[in-house]
Amino acid sequence: MPVPAFGMSRQTPLYQRHTDRGARFTDFGGWEMPVEFDSIRDEHDSVRETVGKFDVSHMGEIELGGPDAPELLQRLTTNDVSGLDPGEAQYTAITDADGIMLEDTVVYRLPDGETYLFVPNAGHDEAMAERCAWIREEWDLEATVDNATTDWAMLAVQGPDAIDRFEAVAGSPFDLGRFEIGERELSGVDCLVASTGYTGERGFEILAPWGDAPTVWDAFDCQPCGLGSRDTLRMEMGFLLSGQDFDPEDEPRDPFSAGLGFVVDLDTEFVGRDALEAVYEEGPTAEFVGVKLIDRGIPRHGHPITTPAGEEIGHVTSGTMSPTLGDPIGLGYVDSEHASADTLVRVVVRGEPKKARIRTTPFVDR
Amino acid sequence: MSFEIPADLRYLDSHEWVRTTDGSATIGISDFAQDELGDVVFVELPAEGDEISADDDFAVVESIKAVSDIYAPVSGTVTAVNETLLDEPELINEDPYGEGWLVEIDLTDESELEDLLDADAYAEQIE
Repeated sequence: MPVPAFGMSRQTPLYQRHTDRGARFTDFGGWEMPVEFDSIRDEHDSVRETVGKFDVSHMGEIELGGPDAPELLQRLTTNDVSGLDPGEAQYTAITDADGIMLEDTVVYRLPDGETYLFVPNAGHDEAMAERCAWIREEWDLEATVDNATTDWAMLAVQGPDAIDRFEAVAGSPFDLGRFEIGERELSGVDCLVASTGYTGERGFEILAPWGDAPTVWDAFDCQPCGLGSRDTLRMEMGFLLSGQDFDPEDEPRDPFSAGLGFVVDLDTEFVGRDALEAVYEEGPTAEFVGVKLIDRGIPRHGHPITTPAGEEIGHVTSGTMSPTLGDPIGLGYVDSEHASADTLVRVVVRGEPKKARIRTTPFVDR
Repeated sequence: MSFEIPADLRYLDSHEWVRTTDGSATIGISDFAQDELGDVVFVELPAEGDEISADDDFAVVESIKAVSDIYAPVSGTVTAVNETLLDEPELINEDPYGEGWLVEIDLTDESELEDLLDADAYAEQIE
């Protein structure tokens, strides 16, 4: 049984709410986070069918300001930030000089037009703030770098009914387009609301002042969801999880291999650009794919993927029994020549090769 | 939260239970164990006729979030496996001491039962 690692863990401002609600906790990226409130299946189904809310305050927030903030971000991230208007957001990657992914993240240009904010993955906030400071130094930029991780709580409200819930709480229509961010008052609290998420459903994420998080959390009277269902929902969509589907130490991958070629703009100057140009020209040797088992079994992190003849061609990085489909699904990397959809492969589960097929993601139509 | 711990069963500290009747034994996982695992979605069981040994893993129970090896509280020969679980693994959550049983075995050495926890000792352990 997994044993939660308590002790030095950081807690979100909703920790007491979760405890009172009977949540089961786990350590994730150094944060003591609710993994499950009722059952992963029930929480998952709520998001797919109606609406659920998540505490994602373990995500970092780094704020950048000053005249060279856009150039700093351009050097930091693989995508082109120059096209971002105030109130717009962009999915992107952060790579090292070898083009290996350190982060996948969302960059927001806040409505004031002056401030940029991006959200490093859990536990990466300090390293990313240091990286920003290093870039500022290296290219002699005039920019402020502020690790605002404990200034902002982050909540996600996701599901087909999420927009209705927003309008009931805000008392105004939800008028944000895809990947936009705006200032909105929720239950008397000034928040930033963004039309982003990690579930594939309609919905939004809220940045609320740390101390006001319980007020905003309570305003949305719906199923609380833990990291367990967040994981199954994102797996059904084929979304990457940092530290599991890519990791500079344990799963070093470039964005092209990880399926994020669409966030790499080689016409911009960023750390890792030259290495990625080479990958782009030669084509990645491995690709991030979905895999669905035909035989009984569940693909899990670390399971080898082989040809039907038994030649190893990759491995699983994430897997579960899909609550929506009732089928065993996984994500992982296979050599490019075996990566096309419907290719018959084997996933080796506890030494037993199980029949499976390569699938394009998402696994569910959204 | 309080968990059901039937007084007539014996337990292993890794949360398996055993029920004995005339030299045969039924094995499953405890109410506490099914709650810890969460929604059970997959079970891998031995075949009839397999030999299992006390303290060795003989089955696997997977929930949405975790994979758990199941250990044999006692040694013996498998005489029946709960095949209903292959299609309805959720029975382990719904009825861990009844319809959620895993296997039935012929005991090799009844004295092994003395090494197991009784209900009170097991209750203390999961407190």
